[in-house]
Amino acid sequence: MEYLSLFVRSIFVDNMIFAYFLGMCSFLAVSKNVKTAAGLGLAVIAVLLITLPVNYLLNKFILQPGALKWLSPALADVDLSFLSFIVFIAVIAAMVQIVEMVVEKFSPELYSSLGIFLPLIAVNCAILGGSLFMQQKDFLNIGQAAVYALGSGIGWFLAIVSLAAIREKMAYSNVPPALKGLGITFITVGLMGIAFMTFMGISL
Amino acid sequence: MNAKLKETILNPIFKGNPITVLVLGICSALAVTVTMKGALVMALSVIVVCGISSLILSLLRNTIPGRVRIIVQLVVVAMMVILVDQILKSFEATYAIDKQLSVYIGLIITNCIVMGRIEAFALGNKPWPSFLDGVANGAGYGLILLVVAFFRELLGSGTLFGIDILNRFGYVPNNLVILPPFALILLGCIVWVQRSIQKDLQDK
Repeated sequence: MEYLSLFVRSIFVDNMIFAYFLGMCSFLAVSKNVKTAAGLGLAVIAVLLITLPVNYLLNKFILQPGALKWLSPALADVDLSFLSFIVFIAVIAAMVQIVEMVVEKFSPELYSSLGIFLPLIAVNCAILGGSLFMQQKDFLNIGQAAVYALGSGIGWFLAIVSLAAIREKMAYSNVPPALKGLGITFITVGLMGIAFMTFMGISL
Repeated sequence: MNAKLKETILNPIFKGNPITVLVLGICSALAVTVTMKGALVMALSVIVVCGISSLILSLLRNTIPGRVRIIVQLVVVAMMVILVDQILKSFEATYAIDKQLSVYIGLIITNCIVMGRIEAFALGNKPWPSFLDGVANGAGYGLILLVVAFFRELLGSGTLFGIDILNRFGYVPNNLVILPPFALILLGCIVWVQRSIQKDLQDK
């Protein structure tokens, strides 16, 4: 039950885009049509689902204050948490590289449709943000971390696909010239954010 | 040469502003703008990280093989961010702000402005112009951050830098302004104003 609650919370209430603005750059740049937006969204879900549990284990067994206790009791008061940024980003960059190679080998179709987005994901704030939030949230086990990753990924996917759909329709509307493009997109995202806030306070 | 350097410094602040024109680094720009203090600390951190990592990578530019340059960039930027984070944590005055900014200091690593300027400028230019370019882009980012934070803190809490401005006149703080979506709407309006003045930036 707590998994379900965590899952729903991470999709709607703690939505990466509307509550924390993570991954905004690619969110705005790649939301011009639904198809590519969905491709990027799927790639984000996949990379989050791989990197977050890996970073969870690293955090639990190496980086946390006192995490090295399992090696030898003498290391119980070593605190390596200042290294977490560099470790997390290295894991993310490496994982993105591996995912890219695996996808290229086993599914050239998917590779050619995702091709350009995969390397970009390494510097997508949503991925690193997911790991940093994981570090703050103190999940009890790796299952929770994985559910959180899946939920945040799906939340990001939903957000980018719905924005892309709105932007496709908006191409036909009469927007003031100075507001066209970037300006109206910001305002649309803001209004979508207000709509998403209705989920706040829901607990299962 | 002098005119070119001046251009390097002034361009990112208005005409080629990283946030409103290049649409880079939005992720953190919105989340930290609830208070002026937070925005100021964030702006200074980005200026430092962006300037110094541009300088370092510009010095290294002839020794980095093209294939691994993204990883090298990430390592240098992550190192700078760790330093900034540790410095913020080590002073009592800034510790509370560091806590308030939570993951967003760490997310400077994936801030597209830093990586974008390194890719676009520092790897092809001499150290001194690269340093200035990094600092100027950080300043352009900081300027927008402070403008957004000014309105959000003034209208949302009735204060500036924590000092009461409007409340003494019986102003009732508007909670909508503190919520995340309003930052996007405000940014949309800033873009609107800028593009009404600089017509050449408008989308066709």
